[in-house]
Amino acid sequence: MKSITRQKPLEEVIQQVRSFDQIYILGCGTCATMTKTGGRDQVIKMKESLEGLDKTVTGWAVIPIACDEMTEVAMKENERPIRNAGCVLVMACALGVHRVSSYTRNPVIPALDTLFIGLEEKPGLFKEVCAQCGQCVIGETAGICPVTECNKGLLNGPCGGTNEGKCEVDKNKDCAWTLIYRKLKAQGRLNLMRKYQPPKNYQMVPRPKAARISIGEENRE
Amino acid sequence: MTVSKFKEALNSGKFVVTSELGPPKGTNLDQMMHHIELLKYRVDALNLTDHQSSVMRFPSLGGCLAVKERGGEAVLQMTCRDRNRLALQADLMFAHSRGINNVLCLTGDAVVVGDHKGAKGVFDLDSVQLLRLIRQMEAGKDMAGNDLDGAVSFCAGACCTPEASPIEPQLIKFEKKVEAGAEFFQTQAIYDLEKFAKFMEYARQFPVKILAGIVLLTSAGMAKFLNANIPGITVPQDLIDELANAGRGRGLAKGIEIAGRMIAALKKDSVCDGVHIMAIGKEEVVPEILAKAGL
Ligand code: SF4
Ligand code: SF4
Repeated sequence: MKSITRQKPLEEVIQQVRSFDQIYILGCGTCATMTKTGGRDQVIKMKESLEGLDKTVTGWAVIPIACDEMTEVAMKENERPIRNAGCVLVMACALGVHRVSSYTRNPVIPALDTLFIGLEEKPGLFKEVCAQCGQCVIGETAGICPVTECNKGLLNGPCGGTNEGKCEVDKNKDCAWTLIYRKLKAQGRLNLMRKYQPPKNYQMVPRPKAARISIGEENRE
Repeated sequence: MTVSKFKEALNSGKFVVTSELGPPKGTNLDQMMHHIELLKYRVDALNLTDHQSSVMRFPSLGGCLAVKERGGEAVLQMTCRDRNRLALQADLMFAHSRGINNVLCLTGDAVVVGDHKGAKGVFDLDSVQLLRLIRQMEAGKDMAGNDLDGAVSFCAGACCTPEASPIEPQLIKFEKKVEAGAEFFQTQAIYDLEKFAKFMEYARQFPVKILAGIVLLTSAGMAKFLNANIPGITVPQDLIDELANAGRGRGLAKGIEIAGRMIAALKKDSVCDGVHIMAIGKEEVVPEILAKAGL
């Protein structure tokens, strides 16, 4: 999984850290490095920006995988400079921010906006591939997600607005259902498109979502 | 049980004519009422648009009631864009209770093409699911499977685009709509009668009535605009030329003539079961179109 993030505007970050003179910065070596939002270079740049505003950066680190439980170990190693700071500025996706906040008493401030989970389609172009709807249908739609890729989230085929394979909403964007059609046809599975897809159960969507996944009795709480 | 006069017309074997009216933006209903009066006995049903092109307007349901109150036959257009499954069911029950017996099930245009671009598009159901929902409510159950104290009954239809490209996914969806219970189809505007006849060959395999969409052309410029902007509409060059050659100020008259001519041709050869006339803001000329078509 790749979390696609974007740096918040610097003014917004400054606004959020305004009451702290000492700041510790944490980046992430995985998704945020790939999207160039929280890798080493961006962390150093953030450090310089904050120092330019007369803030003291008590230290920084780029944790290999900020959302991982190993984050705790990495933070222990940097316990002193983290404790010396008024807040921890986290340059990772929201998962990393959550992880970090569970291992420190300091206020934790995200420097990034988490946009979606997706893939890098070509260098610098990230595309959402899943909206985590809880009822995956892509086994019947040739691996293309109509919930995420169709503007209307249609489940039973294209709307009448599609034109030459493009979406009615954005002529630069491929119509998800034309893509699904072409791929199913190439796979010789066009019959799947004839199958009625019932309405979605949006009970799967409301927040908060949580799932208990069986990992064997002995590991249960 | 109330009967749908429109359904009776569809089943009578006669060439059915419906016309579309767009409710006003605001509460001044004078013009809509005028058009209803003008057309209510000239066509088999009047079809009221539902925030067409995602532009907020007086509701289709309100327009349909006005038609009904004046003795006409109304077709409720219902898009999935603005209402979730509860609201759709509520509106269907209300429509039924007030003698509106026909409904056209549409996905609806995207929100961003309209005039409330920041709105939340709902699309809780799609047009196929809406058709199924209607059949389920007719069987006395709501969508959750609960009993209804009093069912609904509708002559339900949907749209299709015979000139879309690629066409096959549209045809698959057409068949899904038939299976879901669509009894009639209104097509997107057609201009190429040969292509349309081909589509009809295909559509005739199914036990549904097809009304060809007739969009009134008012000028060569408008025809070009349709070609450039509306998916699934192709106005052939000879019609564009005909409009361009009509002379200054004669575009509308020429468009009326073209529409009348097409309707007459479709009727003469019994190509389809009828037509659905979309005059888009020029509803007052619909009687002229009908006269030109010999209807
Ligand atoms: S259908 Fe789409 S949004 Fe839902 S789980 Fe599958 S990929 Fe994700
Ligand atoms: S054109 Fe295709 S992708 Fe766009 S809304 Fe319609 S079906 Fe969905």
